[in-house]
Amino acid sequence: MWQIAIVLIIYLPLVILTGHYLYRVTLHQKTWLDPILDKVDAVIYKLCGIKQVDMNGKEYVLSLILSNAIMVFIGYFLLRIQSFLFLNPNNISNMEATLSFNTIISFITNTNLQHYSGESGLSYLSQMLVIIFMMFTSAATGYAACMAFCRRLVAKTDTIGNFFIDFVRVITRILMPISIVVAIILVSQGTPQTLSANKTVQTIEGKLQDIALGPVASLESIKHIGTNGGGFNGANSTTPFENPTVLSNIVEMLSMMLLPGACVVAFSLMIAYRKKKTIFGKQGLAIFAAMSILFLLGLVTVYIAEKAGNPIISELGITQELGSMEGKEMRFGVVQSALFTTVTTAFTTGSVNNMHDTLTPLGGLVPLFNMMLNVVFGGKGVGLMNMMMYVLLTIFIACLMIGRSPQFLGKKIEEKEMKLIALCILIHPAIILLFSALAVVTPTGIAGITNPGAHGLSQVLYEFASASANNGSGFEGLADNSTFWNVTTGLAMFFGRYLTIIIQLAIASLLAKKFWHSDSIGTLKTDNTTFTFLLVAIVLMIGALTFLPALALGPITEHLQLYS
Amino acid sequence: MRKLFMNLKQAILITITMFILCGLIYPFAVTALAQGLLHHQANGSLLEINGKAVGSELIGQSFSAPSYFWGRVSAIHYNVYTEDDTVPDKNGQLNYSGVTSGTFNYAPSNPELKKRIEADIKKFLLANPTVKRQDIPADLMTASGSGLDPHISVKAANIQVKRIALASGLSEEEIEKIIEENTEKRTLGIFGENKVNVLMANLTIMKKMDNRQE
Repeated sequence: MWQIAIVLIIYLPLVILTGHYLYRVTLHQKTWLDPILDKVDAVIYKLCGIKQVDMNGKEYVLSLILSNAIMVFIGYFLLRIQSFLFLNPNNISNMEATLSFNTIISFITNTNLQHYSGESGLSYLSQMLVIIFMMFTSAATGYAACMAFCRRLVAKTDTIGNFFIDFVRVITRILMPISIVVAIILVSQGTPQTLSANKTVQTIEGKLQDIALGPVASLESIKHIGTNGGGFNGANSTTPFENPTVLSNIVEMLSMMLLPGACVVAFSLMIAYRKKKTIFGKQGLAIFAAMSILFLLGLVTVYIAEKAGNPIISELGITQELGSMEGKEMRFGVVQSALFTTVTTAFTTGSVNNMHDTLTPLGGLVPLFNMMLNVVFGGKGVGLMNMMMYVLLTIFIACLMIGRSPQFLGKKIEEKEMKLIALCILIHPAIILLFSALAVVTPTGIAGITNPGAHGLSQVLYEFASASANNGSGFEGLADNSTFWNVTTGLAMFFGRYLTIIIQLAIASLLAKKFWHSDSIGTLKTDNTTFTFLLVAIVLMIGALTFLPALALGPITEHLQLYS
Repeated sequence: MRKLFMNLKQAILITITMFILCGLIYPFAVTALAQGLLHHQANGSLLEINGKAVGSELIGQSFSAPSYFWGRVSAIHYNVYTEDDTVPDKNGQLNYSGVTSGTFNYAPSNPELKKRIEADIKKFLLANPTVKRQDIPADLMTASGSGLDPHISVKAANIQVKRIALASGLSEEEIEKIIEENTEKRTLGIFGENKVNVLMANLTIMKKMDNRQE
């Protein structure tokens, strides 16, 4: 389909350009915004007492966790007292305790799973001071972690980079400027940006209609730029105000694809520039290609499944030329919806422009599987780190098969690293499957399921996959605002985020401290096509081994039932 | 220990600084820019008749009169209600409990989906006796994701022409012309779908009916 191909073609130059910019920001090289932003940063450093000293791996992680913890306390407190504060023109009441817990964890971990509905759950002040604030800081945290990780892979020391400085630079030089531009583009398409209250109008049939307004555009842009995904309104980017036109749809998709892809480009440059200048380093290209293959496989599957429509609707005798339209918007149709669904789960954003619960079984399997793999580009920064775990694993397995000692970028991969890598790769499926098992054996868990049969299990799996992958989209039918669901998904998001980041940075620290060995003829090449396919195969194999039984009971069973 | 204390102090200060920069300065700046540059869009693209807002270009509305186009199925009834809906009915149920968005979230295999669509088809065929079942496009019988979808497919508009002409007193040609005028083509001829904005088309119908009565 042309409209998909064109979007992807526009994406390529954009991502390479942004990757170069990101590279320069990461390594503190000159950029054209420096004259202004150097001053802004200097003021911030001074206000906060930040000194330009390098941190070692442990200090870096500690600073990351400390600052996140403080943000959690402030945010939680605000949600609990929002009704007493200003900028609450629609008279929203305070948020309940377990729901506030879930919401705060959800936004600080860049997940944005929403068990509340924006129109009735948050005041404008909370949308700004809690949600928009955390969208910036959680994205910046993830990216800072990724910077630290990449630096340690190419450096020969563990004492390098400062968390607070990385954190500030990501916000002022990357997230904030792009967000302002995207916000204005979205307003031009029709996204509201106002602080006045919701509007009640009289329709031409003499009835009343409430129209929900608010500072939507300023949230909408960072929601996608920071791969956050939490909507201003309950129905997220399906609502006409969050995503008014096809053009806004494309801008939102490109926004969420931009930085995760750019991370890979920047990483490739960090490796390649050790030798010579290039547009896109070979090692990064091999990883980017592997991610792209997985992405396209998913995209084609969703598209075919949705275009085929729902056989039950066909049985009713009406015409389904447009494909499966339940839960989709007319202005997007099946094509733009299929693309958005794949992008939002591959790039771990979690915003939706159609309701994933209503996707055909195979169409719903793809977003679910994308989140289970959690390496198809992935959210800002952490996606690349997850993929690097698989890269190291692939090197290890391949070297075992051909009898060589595993080595990546001149560093030997040994027992200690491999243990941590294995642990890191296993945490994610463990969280998803164990919590899902818990949900289906407890009455309070089962109470949330709203669709009968195999699809009910898919709802549970999807919720925990989304929580653990820090994605945030949902099979929204799930009645998830209960103590059980608020607490379990809160824990899943928390462990999925921080355990993984801590282990990954520990691995990077271990590698950074090692001696550097130059490549020999015996070293496995990790920057060619063979390696790309090997990587794809390992990712798919591990994904299938862990998740196939659960998928067979959920979406695959539903598919067979629909077509029987 | 001193290092930890330093870190904690920096963490607290950076949180407060970003709290103000990202949570206040940024949204206020975007609001000022948007209100200054794009006033109409920034306030919800409202449509006005004689100075009174009747809806938004971008948000769908539910219509029940036979002389108007009907939109897609909405789980939230497009947030359209009457005064009676805001007080509890005899079962103590509120028919309208405040502005929201969303859909039924019926899985494709859910029997409720089949039941709902079948009931809607019957209702539609009853109101449009000249239409054959196999000519109804699925977008008209399925629920949109937001419950606020302002559009229907061109085909979904065309099959309503006879009913609207009969009820409104306008000719079928006039209605067809209204469809044509309110059809939004694929962006750049490639992106999205061809579609008709229901509220905009109905406003045109209302104006034409008013002119006729005068």
